[in-house]
Amino acid sequence: MSVTVYVPGDSGARAVGADEVAVALAAEAAARGIDVAIVRNGSRGLYWLEPLVEVATPRGRVAYGPVAARDVAALLDAGILDADGAALDGGARDVDGAVHELALGRTDDIDWLASQQRVTFARVGVVDPRSPDDYEAHGGIAGLLAALGMPPAEVVEAVVASGLRGRGGAGFPTGVKWRTVAEAESSVKFVCCNADEGDSGTFADRMLMEGDPFTLIEGMAIAAYAVGASQGFVYIRSEYPDAVASMRRAITTARERGWLGTDILGSGVSFDLDVRVGAGAYICGEETAMLDSLEGRRGMVRPKPPLPAIAGLFGRPTVINNVLSLATVPTVLASGAEAYQELGVGRSRGTQVFQLAGNVARGGIVETAFGLTLRELVEGYAGGTRSGRPVRAVQVGGPLGAYLPAEQLDLRMDYEELAAAGAMLGHGGVVVFDDTADMMAQARFAMEFCAAESCGKCTPCRVGAVRGVEVIDRILVGPPGERAGQVALLEDLCELMTDGSLCAMGALTPNPVRSALSLWPQSLGAPS
Amino acid sequence: MSTEWSIEAGARVVADASGVPGPLLPLLLALQEEFGYVDPAAIQLVAKALNVSRADVHGVVTFYSDLRTTPPGARTVAVCRGEACQSVGGRALEAHAQERFGVGFGETTADGSVTLDQVFCLGLCALSPAVVVDGRALGRVTAARFDEVVGV
Repeated sequence: MSVTVYVPGDSGARAVGADEVAVALAAEAAARGIDVAIVRNGSRGLYWLEPLVEVATPRGRVAYGPVAARDVAALLDAGILDADGAALDGGARDVDGAVHELALGRTDDIDWLASQQRVTFARVGVVDPRSPDDYEAHGGIAGLLAALGMPPAEVVEAVVASGLRGRGGAGFPTGVKWRTVAEAESSVKFVCCNADEGDSGTFADRMLMEGDPFTLIEGMAIAAYAVGASQGFVYIRSEYPDAVASMRRAITTARERGWLGTDILGSGVSFDLDVRVGAGAYICGEETAMLDSLEGRRGMVRPKPPLPAIAGLFGRPTVINNVLSLATVPTVLASGAEAYQELGVGRSRGTQVFQLAGNVARGGIVETAFGLTLRELVEGYAGGTRSGRPVRAVQVGGPLGAYLPAEQLDLRMDYEELAAAGAMLGHGGVVVFDDTADMMAQARFAMEFCAAESCGKCTPCRVGAVRGVEVIDRILVGPPGERAGQVALLEDLCELMTDGSLCAMGALTPNPVRSALSLWPQSLGAPS
Repeated sequence: MSTEWSIEAGARVVADASGVPGPLLPLLLALQEEFGYVDPAAIQLVAKALNVSRADVHGVVTFYSDLRTTPPGARTVAVCRGEACQSVGGRALEAHAQERFGVGFGETTADGSVTLDQVFCLGLCALSPAVVVDGRALGRVTAARFDEVVGV
């Protein structure tokens, strides 16, 4: 009988040797005459344990990690593929009877995972991302079927009622956006998925596209039905080649299954989807710049209004949602808006997918209902810094998010509380820095990044970022007597960029700059 | 291995890739895929095929950092400069890579063996620092592992 073994095909797992593990496993099993079926699943999001190998047993999946290719023979010797070996409590044992040092027990019992509420990520790492049957067996397509069974307007209202807000960063209610597009008069409408996940510290979109691509397709098909669109695009950044391949493969499969095409699931509804790949421009994650890029041009930010919901791609009404927003829609439709709405706090409903990154002992994905504090994430899940040194700063919400000091770890991670503290949730990235971090260098980098990635349309951002780097350099190496004046100038520049920029890139770059300055150990105004 | 650039070969790629809506960027990416870079001579070809000005094409070519106008080195190496990588020694790795090859980001070694680039985030932020070597992403990269992977 064949044993099923899961070796993640997620690009994160591959970056630390999962392919080599899969090759070694196949070879060692063949040498021993054991029949294995290797599934390249997504990642469970426990990246410090990647490559995380799981063996299917009658007791559920049993995990081992982090597994290197050189560990594979010893693991097989310990009996991970034997019916009784992997079925042992806690996993396979070494010759001396001790549980193997890489054995993690049943995956579902790993506390880090068991304490989460995985809704959007329910299937990521669990299913075979290439298998439509596996997708359906794990509840896939139920949301689309439910949607097709009701009038489009009811689908829109269900999403409104769920309280789902855009997970890309701005947090705009998804259903309200859909309603605008649905009510717009046009013979042609589009649904676009923004998968230009450029924020450092974020990787949830990538993981979902690689680990559970059909969910995104299903969510987009539901959106298309709800608003009356017949064509969709997934705009994926070029830095994510595995996600591009995964989505293209899944779209082909979905067409074969009748989940896309001219007669979706026999309903007569028509919707098709294409992947478009970016070319290394951070600004294309801004929705109007993404539209320009989708139209094949420079990714330049457009002034709003008109909203893309009224005049978007090729001037037509367009739904633009983030990967996680669209991937959450099937659950909302399948389980009901109330079930989703019951999760969370205040006006932050449902779950949030946090991404723990940077200098952390345990990096990865934490999806829970809103209401967690930053401390629970950084000290709890992430286990503090990887270096073991004290935390100096945590950047929440990507390169445009503020640096929060260790004293602010008790902030609750929801849209409103973070906004009140001058920070933002963004796409849910949490990047931790220890006390060796040079905050002035981080402030300079924020300006440098903005200068490199600005689309150039508006002057405060295009010129302001360049001037910002220069002013910070003068603060650092200029005459100490002029420092106070330069700091005042930088403050002034930050204010101008915040108030005068066309989009969030220029307007939010001052967030990391100002907050990093406040964390700089030396007093800026005082002569050194 | 990339095809060698010629106007004739370029024209074939342009003819094949012009059918999509919003064709300019996909077409330029197709040219780069085929030849490893977008030859300046392709700009007029593309402008003519799409009935846009050469300035429009030039504008797109120079806007996107992925698009090159000179052939890349035999090997390509990109170091992530995102904040997550910076938090665990990414800046030292950036310096190490530049020193190793003796070139800055966006440059190719004099012998044409390596092109070194910067990249802003590979989505491997829980496995930082990260690099891409010949299209293959690697996480938890130390200076020693970097040297091992790039050889020499």
